[in-house]
Amino acid sequence: MKILCPVKRVVDPYAKVKPLADGSGLDVSSVKFDVNPFDEIAVEEAVRMKENDPSVSITVVSIGGPEVEEQLRKALAMGADEALLIENDLPLDSSVVAAELAAIAPGYDLVLMGKQATDDDNGQAAQMLAAKLGWPQATFASKIVLEGQIATVTRETDAGEESLVVPLPAVVTTDLRLNEPRYIALPGIIKARSKPLEKRARATDAVPKTRIVRLDRPPERPAGRKVASVDELIAGLRERGVL
Amino acid sequence: MPRALLVAFDPSETAACAGFADALGMEAVFVGFEGEVPPADAAADALKAEAAGFTHIAAVSSMQSKDVMARLAGLLDAAMVTDAVRVNSPKEFVRPMVAGSVLSTVEVLAEPVVITFRPAGFPGTARGADKLLSVPATTTVRASKSSGSGGARPDLSSAKRIVSGGRPLKDKETFERVIGGLADKLGGAVGATRAAVDSGIAPNELQVGQTGKIVAPDLYIAAGISGSTQHMAGIKDSKVIVAINTDPDAPIFEAADFGLVADLFVAVPELTEKV
Repeated sequence: MKILCPVKRVVDPYAKVKPLADGSGLDVSSVKFDVNPFDEIAVEEAVRMKENDPSVSITVVSIGGPEVEEQLRKALAMGADEALLIENDLPLDSSVVAAELAAIAPGYDLVLMGKQATDDDNGQAAQMLAAKLGWPQATFASKIVLEGQIATVTRETDAGEESLVVPLPAVVTTDLRLNEPRYIALPGIIKARSKPLEKRARATDAVPKTRIVRLDRPPERPAGRKVASVDELIAGLRERGVL
Repeated sequence: MPRALLVAFDPSETAACAGFADALGMEAVFVGFEGEVPPADAAADALKAEAAGFTHIAAVSSMQSKDVMARLAGLLDAAMVTDAVRVNSPKEFVRPMVAGSVLSTVEVLAEPVVITFRPAGFPGTARGADKLLSVPATTTVRASKSSGSGGARPDLSSAKRIVSGGRPLKDKETFERVIGGLADKLGGAVGATRAAVDSGIAPNELQVGQTGKIVAPDLYIAAGISGSTQHMAGIKDSKVIVAINTDPDAPIFEAADFGLVADLFVAVPELTEKV
């Protein structure tokens, strides 16, 4: 069983980020970067699958500049076996990422990745990848059970949960409640340094189909007022016409 | 020639679809699904067959539409815009990112373009579908579907009034009694924070925020919710936000139209009784 986990380097999801004053990008001058938390859940799930079944091997992959190695090393420290860095300094969007991943994925049984990245909040790449490969998909997984070449995925939906039976190879995206990623202990970090990390050129000449023109701060909600009692609250809500 | 295909995954979405078609300002055809929408691979295949000749294919943002429409974009080799909140032109859209702390203006460089949009920004008049798709079987099988706890309450994404609770609600029974009680009195929906869902107080599908449901009711009452960025990303478009919290410094008070510093276990039952 070969699992591919794409991981994205994102601005610290718990930091408050702002656009640059000229709107040309995000102000990341004082912000840390980390593995997209949903991708981290995917790596954790793959590592648990490997712990259950030693025949599982895990490749993590990312696309970007040399800085992305930091995130790949973290995934290796969590327990992935090897890493691939697709070197790129050109503009990317989800369609390009999907095209690059589609060049790598054949031969793997399962692509396991986050349901969205917490920076762009797009949630597109995995489904685009599944479409390009012609593989089935199961998004928003909260439980995954592998049995031979079948994955039974419990997934979150708008109205609750459903269970999908998916033949492999397939693309599965992870939701928050799939697992809680482990704390990485020092031996893992040291071991990760000697695990293979291969740098590769891009496999496609795909160009982005979207371009960010400008980033702005959203309008602030006007400051509200404090009320002293439930009665005053009800009066205020009636005044606004919502009660 | 620009033409839009509007996909209603649920009949309740046709009003917003009509509003979005107006914003695009082009001829539009509306499709829905006959019976239950199938798993994504089959649904996207069916939509691909319908999409020929359309420059824009759009649907209301939901977990279901994100599942299917992004796959459709892959099949069509299309550009995609997720969660559009404004249409500047048929080639330029505005959407939130980084948990709503940034608004991004996105230019589309290719055709066709697949779009999911937040319904709050696109009011319209409900109409019937021009065509209902019936979809054959697929490689993926839906083994079971357990519908959520929703029951008789309105759906979160379209509710006019929502009462939400956080972790201070302690347990399932208390959450249902206090939050559910006020929601029922108001004829509204129930929501929850990620913390409440993670601690098992409320079911998953009630989670409101960046990674849960995005809501835009006329009235959003947040009880025992501190107001994390992730939660606020999901409620910003509400017309009136009420915060009830014991902590006067809770960030939710900065965004609330009405803030009541009080014990929710006293204030919410009082509100339930008096409204």
